[in-house]
Amino acid sequence: MSQADLTDQSPAFQLKGSMLAITVLELASNDIERLDEQLAAKVEQAPDFFNNTPLVLALDKLPEAAREIDIAALVSLCRKHRLRTLALRASEPSHLEAAAVLDLPVLPPSGARERQVDLSSKTPAKPAEPVYRPTRVVTTPIRGGQQVYAQGGDLIVLAPVSPGAELLADGNIHVYGPLRGRALAGIKGDTSARIFCQQLTAEMVSIAGQYKVAEDLRRDPLWAEAVQISLSGDVLNITRL
Amino acid sequence: MAKIIVVTSGKGGVGKTTTSAAIGTGLALRGHKTVIVDFDVGLRNLDLIMGCERRVVYDFVNVINGDATLTQALIKDKRLENLYVLAASQTRDKDALTQEGVGKVIDELGKNFEYVICDSPAGIEKGAHLAMYFADEAIVVTNPEVSSVRDSDRMLGLLASKSRRAENGEEPIREHLLLTRYNPERVTKGEMLGVEDVEEILSIRLLGVIPESQAVLKASNQGIPVILDDQSDAGQAYSDAVDRLLGKEVAHRFLDVKKPGFLQRLFGGRE
Repeated sequence: MSQADLTDQSPAFQLKGSMLAITVLELASNDIERLDEQLAAKVEQAPDFFNNTPLVLALDKLPEAAREIDIAALVSLCRKHRLRTLALRASEPSHLEAAAVLDLPVLPPSGARERQVDLSSKTPAKPAEPVYRPTRVVTTPIRGGQQVYAQGGDLIVLAPVSPGAELLADGNIHVYGPLRGRALAGIKGDTSARIFCQQLTAEMVSIAGQYKVAEDLRRDPLWAEAVQISLSGDVLNITRL
Repeated sequence: MAKIIVVTSGKGGVGKTTTSAAIGTGLALRGHKTVIVDFDVGLRNLDLIMGCERRVVYDFVNVINGDATLTQALIKDKRLENLYVLAASQTRDKDALTQEGVGKVIDELGKNFEYVICDSPAGIEKGAHLAMYFADEAIVVTNPEVSSVRDSDRMLGLLASKSRRAENGEEPIREHLLLTRYNPERVTKGEMLGVEDVEEILSIRLLGVIPESQAVLKASNQGIPVILDDQSDAGQAYSDAVDRLLGKEVAHRFLDVKKPGFLQRLFGGRE
């Protein structure tokens, strides 16, 4: 090891907490043979799913009378079906002992809600082909209290937008008139969406959830000018058209 | 077929009833058979402004419920041959109005009159909704101040989306802006919104500007529609507005500050 390496004080690791989605195999019976059969059937249904999947074995929901179970056999059975046991979830002393022997970590019994894993969709659905949605064009004034939403596309307004009116679009918003209401572009999270207007006197503009209200907009030298608004990082940029 | 005109605003106290009375009377003065219907059930005022409060026997709600016929409920104006009033009920509330019932009454009035003026209550609830639902034209009464303009804007949105014409996909309601209680002096001082400001925000055609005037209060208290006071500026302004409503081109008056005359300056007199 060189001298330089010893003086390098930059951290070699970081400890981080993280929430992971993990499959829990919750046993309802201690009959290993039956489990083998049923697991085999599941594997056939969803081979992709059983591909060295990390797993937590939950023994805490076993019925009172059926708590006796050979954990080593259970773990190897899972292994056989290509499920890798990460940990046990148990509280029974005999289970804890067995876990110690197998060198498996133990998690406390869960009180939290769990979601049933849906295996019916074997292969992940192909992302839907993008559907062409015509741009929504509005030619009449949009008054206070009115809301116009261009779902899945752009919105073009060829009239004034009054204070208290709300424009929403999954894509861009163009206003060829004074924009005095609110304009929210990219509301489904499209950060590349933009807002274009002839006169920026809006109550609020927002792109993908990043917003500025009139209080801030008013201070901008481009207030009441023709501008475009775009998002870079989490900053809304206002530039002259 | 009669023209159904709603006089509406959203905000209260801007002069809807005064305007309904003046415009209705103005149309009758020009020979058109006109009826003014008070939609403000529970807060009936039109009969007072029209000076027929002592002759109300049956009202709008009675007609809707079938307790009286239209002929029984219509009150004929004492001054003008062609003018009728249908009063609102004072003892009921807006829930007494139903869309079906109002539709029937409006249809029947439409057969007998050239103009049906619907005096809308304030707000955007049931009463105001039913007053504008059947309309062909709308007079949006607005004061030159921000809250009134905002409410008018909201009302214009409802006119464009919640009326019978909008729901049936017919030609939209023709919208007119009537600016009332206008005081050019305060506009110059920057205390009041100017005509251009309001026109720009609401972007609809301007039917008229009624100056703030002592004559309006006096007329209301006497039960004489202010348009009959042809000496007053407000009366003349309403008269111009009626002409414009009928399609005549009339220049706008009373928009500028009056320069006090020589004698007025000398004696410091105010009217």
